[in-house]
Amino acid sequence: MKEFKYVITDPVGIHARPAGILVKEAKNFKSTTTIIKGEKSAKATALMKLMGMGIKQGDEVTVRIEGEDEEACFAAIEKFFKENF
Amino acid sequence: MQVYKGTKIVNGIAIGKIKIYKAPVYEINEELVSDIAAEIERFESARVKVQEEQNALYDKEIKEGHKDTAGIFEAHAMMLDDDDLIDSCKEIIGEGHTAEYAVREGFEGAAEMFRNMDDPYFQARSADVIDLKNSMLDVLFGADTANLQGTEPAILVAEDLAPSETVKLDKSLLLGLVTRLGSSNSHTAILARSMNWPTLIQCHDISDECDGKFAILDSYNSCIYVEPDQYLIDELTAKQHEDREREAKLQELKGKPSETKDGYKVRLYANIGGPKDIESVIENDAEGVGLFRSEFVYLNSKTDPTEDEQFAAYKKVVESLAPRLVIIRTCDIGADKTIDYMKLDKEENPALGFRAVRICLNRREFFKRQLRALLRASAFGNLGIMFPMIISRWEVQECKEILEMCRKELQAEGKAMAEKIEVGIMIETPAAALCADDLAEEVDFFSLGTNDLTQYTCAIDRQSANLERFADTHHPAVLRLIRETIEAGHRHNTWVGICGELGADPTLTEEFLRMGVDELSVNPKSILPLRDNVRKTDLSQGKTTETKSPKPSAAQSEVKEEKPKGLFGRLFS
Repeated sequence: MKEFKYVITDPVGIHARPAGILVKEAKNFKSTTTIIKGEKSAKATALMKLMGMGIKQGDEVTVRIEGEDEEACFAAIEKFFKENF
Repeated sequence: MQVYKGTKIVNGIAIGKIKIYKAPVYEINEELVSDIAAEIERFESARVKVQEEQNALYDKEIKEGHKDTAGIFEAHAMMLDDDDLIDSCKEIIGEGHTAEYAVREGFEGAAEMFRNMDDPYFQARSADVIDLKNSMLDVLFGADTANLQGTEPAILVAEDLAPSETVKLDKSLLLGLVTRLGSSNSHTAILARSMNWPTLIQCHDISDECDGKFAILDSYNSCIYVEPDQYLIDELTAKQHEDREREAKLQELKGKPSETKDGYKVRLYANIGGPKDIESVIENDAEGVGLFRSEFVYLNSKTDPTEDEQFAAYKKVVESLAPRLVIIRTCDIGADKTIDYMKLDKEENPALGFRAVRICLNRREFFKRQLRALLRASAFGNLGIMFPMIISRWEVQECKEILEMCRKELQAEGKAMAEKIEVGIMIETPAAALCADDLAEEVDFFSLGTNDLTQYTCAIDRQSANLERFADTHHPAVLRLIRETIEAGHRHNTWVGICGELGADPTLTEEFLRMGVDELSVNPKSILPLRDNVRKTDLSQGKTTETKSPKPSAAQSEVKEEKPKGLFGRLFS
């Protein structure tokens, strides 16, 4: 298991379109990616749930990655966050 | 007579019958069914069909150049792939319910979740889910939604229009639009603005009983009169005539020269954003295109656009508008516009960051793809190339070197290109304006980007509401930079245009003409009013405070040869 913390800088937070692309990105890997904010969490492949967390600018999230290809998945997802959120 | 107030989106007057637009309401069978597999199958095929519809709407909007609205349908298609949503519907079916029932419950649940969120952006997403629910039910009930609009021209009154509904409307039957709900940022509002329909939103009190009644939508006054009194009919019909007459008068200016009473000619060009604007360039009788923002090829694409894709877009515009000059500005994206595939770092201060030509000069292959596409398109008409965000002479030289490299490559490949291509730069930084004498030696033309020039000169972010009091769009410093740029250009036989918003400001037209501006590039709808303005101006009369700088004589043609305009004068002549 690997994880990283990230503070959202995008003014609208995790909104529909980038969330949709995150879902696609996460589905490329066998590992499970989970986004955690406080007590709430959602798999990165669950678009609505992810949007339902209402993650806004300034929120800190923990991204946890678990599975056989977690090294590659971690690198890709971390990069995605930096570029999109 | 009844009067209903609303919030206006687009000014205008529409006179005609009201048609209440009502999405069908379905009776959903709540009884349990036994063939669960069949219901799952129905659900799945409806889901696939609606997803295809959404993808088709996405393609349609992209094709018509409506990038903003296209994004809505892209998100819709993604939502329909959501595993939780699909599973929750299938679970409900698994309990013995119909596919229709499952859709209603499952999608309403998701919409409810959004509705209960704090953030207005996420709250608004509930409308997207409801839009999808309705589309699913339309398919499951096999409803024909094509005829909701009726068959005769009417003022359409709706509760609210979902994105998928708005784009399906038959525009030829639409006199005006009224919605009870809606926001000024909604999809409907965006579309209404681009189509120029008289439109009123948040007209809460208008009822379904108005269906078929005669009405006048007067969005100048933010209201609709249902069964209006005769005097109102007379007055507003007259006003509508006036609107049309004014429009007709402007139409008469088509084909007339943009020349002042004392014979000063200025070229009136259009600013455009893509091939979708070709029609309005012709319709408004623009004499050329002074600014073609090439960003659309980057923003409308999910991946880095290929040379061929770009070539096709540029060729289309240049070819359809020939022999008019079409000036295409090279890639002007930057850190403030998010383009996923560009992989740009987030910046603290994007306006002062890695953008426009700075990206191009650091990413040479990316830049070359666009330049090659532009050079190839030049064979099909009269194309000019313009580089944005220039501050230094070496940047212009490097741009020209790369352009020359591309030209040689294409020549070796046997590709056709124009003999001569005008090359220019945007003057949108104080640095460029102050170094205009140096820069003018490198290029055929300047185009003053007054929006950025104002922002950078005054250190004022135009988007900031707090700064309204400090923002002066006619700031003397900016006007002085404009005048000095024009003068510097003319000293070196470089013609000078203005393509920012100030170009269309009627209160400045005379001043710009006195400064000696050669071209004004404005949005297509401003061309004819501006021509009217120019033709009413007499520079031999009145104010003589500004000295007019001598114009280059026929800058584009005869003189060119004697001026070694950087590479291009030599290369293409």
